Amino acid sequence: MGKTIAEKIFSEKSGTDAKAGQIVIADVDYVMVNDVTGPIAFREYDKIGTDKMFKDRMVLIPDHYVPNKDVASAEQAKEMRQFAKKHDIKNYYEVGKGGVCHQLMVEQGFAAPGRLIVGADSHTCTYGGINAFSTGIGSTEAAVAFATGHLWFKVPETIKVELTGKFREDIGGKDLIIKIITDIGVDGANYKAFEFHGPGVANISVSDRLTVSNMAIEAGGKAGIFPCDDLTREYIKDTVKGDYKAVDADPDANYCRVLKYDLSKIESMVAFPHLPSNGHPVKETDVRIDQAYLGSCTNGRIEDMRAAAKIVKGRHVHPDVRFLVVPASQKVYRQMLDEGLMQIFLDAGAFISGPTCGACLGGYMGILAAGERAVSSTNRNFIGRMGDKASEVYLAGPQVVAASAIAGKIVTPDQLEGC
Amino acid sequence: MAAVEGKAWCFGDNVDTDQIIPAERLVSTNLDHLNDFIFEKVRPGFGPQVKKGDILVAGRNFGCGSSREHAPLSLIEAGFSCIIAESFARIFYRNSMNIGLLLVECKVDASEGDKISVDTEKGVVRNETTGKEFTFQKYPPFIGELVKCGGLVNMVKEGKL
Repeated sequence: MGKTIAEKIFSEKSGTDAKAGQIVIADVDYVMVNDVTGPIAFREYDKIGTDKMFKDRMVLIPDHYVPNKDVASAEQAKEMRQFAKKHDIKNYYEVGKGGVCHQLMVEQGFAAPGRLIVGADSHTCTYGGINAFSTGIGSTEAAVAFATGHLWFKVPETIKVELTGKFREDIGGKDLIIKIITDIGVDGANYKAFEFHGPGVANISVSDRLTVSNMAIEAGGKAGIFPCDDLTREYIKDTVKGDYKAVDADPDANYCRVLKYDLSKIESMVAFPHLPSNGHPVKETDVRIDQAYLGSCTNGRIEDMRAAAKIVKGRHVHPDVRFLVVPASQKVYRQMLDEGLMQIFLDAGAFISGPTCGACLGGYMGILAAGERAVSSTNRNFIGRMGDKASEVYLAGPQVVAASAIAGKIVTPDQLEGC
Repeated sequence: MAAVEGKAWCFGDNVDTDQIIPAERLVSTNLDHLNDFIFEKVRPGFGPQVKKGDILVAGRNFGCGSSREHAPLSLIEAGFSCIIAESFARIFYRNSMNIGLLLVECKVDASEGDKISVDTEKGVVRNETTGKEFTFQKYPPFIGELVKCGGLVNMVKEGKL
């Protein structure tokens, strides 16, 4: 019997013949923590009481509550800064040089095909978009990975997603993943990995693949892995650290389930509160909004900014809407400047901030009051996720977020005629 | 292995980590009083009502969402001896097992306030109030060892990982 990508990566990293269902001890290539999960990891590391530390594999990225939103978050960020200094951790990304952790992990070349990467943040599964097995873990596990360089893993079963066709204009990875989560439910892939295959894969940009993989966790998935192809190699060639070895599945690999999607039939989707599985085609909805949020590890890349700017150009944000634009990294911010996108968003009446997780998780920079509604390019719409427990989050792709900011209600770009 | 007994607190499906403890509470200065914020957006005032040893009974996909270890930490601090759910989200499951919060994956009929006992050795949950028994699969050997060690840090200290 052949192997899935997950089984191959876990075999390689554990030095065993790993098969779905087994528990293995595997070497991790990188372990990442952020300012929320780091402090617990630092305390647990100290409890282990070891001198050993796999420093070169550690990546520390403050992003959730930085620039510091209040005194408590300032103390927390300080804790990370001091830990990095004390232990001489090179891979620490200070405010002004960093951004949202998953964007940085890809942009700085830590994530690469065939690698096993863990991060104390659930959206670590993002790097499956470039053929890594990456998954979210807790802080205690991160501490153990700091100290030992390895962790225990249950090798997951895999759901195969066969893709054909090509997205229509202004439809992308977010629409596809909302559709998948809506079809299989928020626990449809619990304890499992996704693998994406088929001729449709070559028609999906790497940025869109990263969006799809990012939200694998919203179906409970442990990972969402794409094959490595020319697009992948091109995307990472200038930034990847070190060598990498792409991994593909064997033709006779065993899958626990097969899903099939024709990309040309995917519509613009929006996930209603309070679960990412509450997806509806945008054109079947009628929802007025108070805020539109473009950013996050899901859709804060330059490609998302370009897609939104194309729609916003020459138009004005609806008078009842605050449109927040949050590039996911300093690099994306600079690219927006260089490409003239900042001008387009500013002319339209958008607010642009520096990179931060910000309001995505209800941190700051765009919190919702009771009764307010946001359409958001982020990944979760749980109760109170972006603010008051009586506020509502509607998840959509960057094109729908941009169009909705103009219309004052959730719409697709082609519904904007005359706006 | 553990045998615990306590009063049931009942929750439904898809209880996410934002419900268990909201993101805005995730700062290190709150780490010694996470219980103050547990379920604050969906069941205000919940934390102080929980007595040491109580058991949380939930449906499918308990703990879905973020990787915040603050979620199982707050449940431990609230006093829960065990969380029983039809299924757990993966990261929550790992986090809990790694820090010594007992989880049992089992579909259980219980009403709030019922007396529940759990025997992980036998793999049985018993609703002492109704007399009904429910069986669950025992932990795989590695997870059993993890539970026996009292968590991942102890396992590393004992040279077992």
